[in-house]
Amino acid sequence: MSWYAKKKPKIAASVEADEVDQRSAPSRMEGLWVKCEPCGEILLREELERALNVCPSCNHHMAWNARARMLALCDEGSFEEHDEGLEAQDPLGFSDSKKYRDRIKSTRKALNENDAFVSGTARIDGQHVSIGAFLFEFMGGSMGSVVGEKVTRVFERARELDVPAIVFSSSGGARMQEGILSLMQMAKTCAALNRFREVRKPYISVLLNPTTGGVAASFSWLGDVVIAEPRALIGFAGARVIEQTIRQKLPEGFQRSEFLLEHGMIDAIVQRKELRAKLSQIIGLLS
Amino acid sequence: MASPAHSLDFERPLLELEKKIGDLRSISRSGAVDMTVEIGRLEKKAKKLQEEIFNELSRWQIVQLSRHNARPYFLDYVNFLFTDYCELAGDRLFGEDPSLIGGFARFDGVPVMVMGHQKGRSTKENMLRNFGMPRPEGYRKAKRLFELAARFNRPILTFVDTPGAYPGIGAEERGQAEAIATNLEVMAGLPVPVISTVIGEGGSGGALAIGVGNRVLMMQYSIYSVISPEGCASILFRDATRADKAAEALKLVATDLKALGVVDEVIVEPAGGAHRNPAQAAESLGAALKKHLRELTKLKPDQLVDDRYDKFRALGVFSGK
Ligand SMILES: [Zn+2]
Repeated sequence: MSWYAKKKPKIAASVEADEVDQRSAPSRMEGLWVKCEPCGEILLREELERALNVCPSCNHHMAWNARARMLALCDEGSFEEHDEGLEAQDPLGFSDSKKYRDRIKSTRKALNENDAFVSGTARIDGQHVSIGAFLFEFMGGSMGSVVGEKVTRVFERARELDVPAIVFSSSGGARMQEGILSLMQMAKTCAALNRFREVRKPYISVLLNPTTGGVAASFSWLGDVVIAEPRALIGFAGARVIEQTIRQKLPEGFQRSEFLLEHGMIDAIVQRKELRAKLSQIIGLLS
Repeated sequence: MASPAHSLDFERPLLELEKKIGDLRSISRSGAVDMTVEIGRLEKKAKKLQEEIFNELSRWQIVQLSRHNARPYFLDYVNFLFTDYCELAGDRLFGEDPSLIGGFARFDGVPVMVMGHQKGRSTKENMLRNFGMPRPEGYRKAKRLFELAARFNRPILTFVDTPGAYPGIGAEERGQAEAIATNLEVMAGLPVPVISTVIGEGGSGGALAIGVGNRVLMMQYSIYSVISPEGCASILFRDATRADKAAEALKLVATDLKALGVVDEVIVEPAGGAHRNPAQAAESLGAALKKHLRELTKLKPDQLVDDRYDKFRALGVFSGK
């Protein structure tokens, strides 16, 4: 099954991530051709990847794997991964249709990733940064103890090295399977960010499709500069929860980047092909 | 006090027995028949029944207790424990949010800042209080009050009791996520003692937004969770009616959180729950607050920030370095 044939990644209620939708993972793309869902255009995969997973015909910004993003946005060969050995435990002994322990194990195997966040140090236009990005394909990019710890260390490393911090967020929110400990990652990451502010280097937060729940409601929205990719779904509560609460349909474009820009909630919307230049510009102006 | 109309299923046998005892008492008092022996027997039975029910509460039953309509709310504790309460309204940006309120007051004569989610008991009250679910203006007012307390060097006591932050169109337009996020960072940097107590429902980010304390306490029959059991059940079990199962899986009661290191102290409630004896519940809470506040006031501003940082920095369970 091709990843593109499926509906957009599902966003779970308020502060938790829905089940993994691995079909949206570019790493699992198959075949030579990809269909752009909004415009229906059939695209040559190679060409699409060269265009940073943005549809040349309608500008739809498709999911883009965190590692591919790092490689493309950072100076060649400069990204050095840290904390890759952190692995989730099962502090609650949680089980739904599947044991959390098994879910983690099978997801790790399928994606060849330890958890939903990749981070390290890199250079952008020669400028050192502490950087991290969510892997949405790993259990909806949900933040449990491992993700919270890695994000915390992005800020700690930035503080220690006296360099800017950059985080690319795409997450359904906190990881329900780790219960209250996942909620506490919101406080932990924000506390670490608060300490990082002392060094007066910029923290740039880039919000991707989608960023919701406990990730939106913590460090993601606290960038010195907050930018978003076009049409990204960003907000606190999931659409379904809001509709159930207020019993009415949500307006077109609700919680999309353009909606947030209009309401004064983000600094700018940046096209993916201009992202690297924008990051470099902000870093240059602020550090 | 709990009227039978608002009682929980598992409380009912106890309440019925107590009603019977009350009836016998009034007969006895009228002088017609001496019921002393029978009353004594039933009282013993009631005590045993209460122990039976409350010694083996399921997590789902504790969820229900935490939401009990007769449970003491924030303003009830304010009345019991504080004097000179001076409520301060508004976020100075958009509006006033009566679901999250606070102001200065005296605790044992000492000026402090108190703040809490406020639920309502009647429909009318709940309309006003929005069922204790704040909008961004509530969180922004909280931030304003945190900063006010810091400027005047007043300890902050927060009381958590919310199903969660309100999910609505306006709340999203005005940045619900940003408002909560900002509070998490502001609280992390407060140079005054902060004690947060979960008195009822600790619903996710909407609870945590006033919950970043040097000490986090929980009343015995309160809950604190990343998601409501109903929400968890509908997502993970595809069935909202399995909230009982989700409550078990989420490990959201006070003793669970104590074991996970999130909560510093569990405050024992009166037999049958805080609503059966609010004055006694308040007294126990007051004693705990006094003890922790005494410890924290010994710390200097930067030590308080470090103490809080260390507490939250340590939370999380993973392997590897
Ligand atoms: Zn297209």
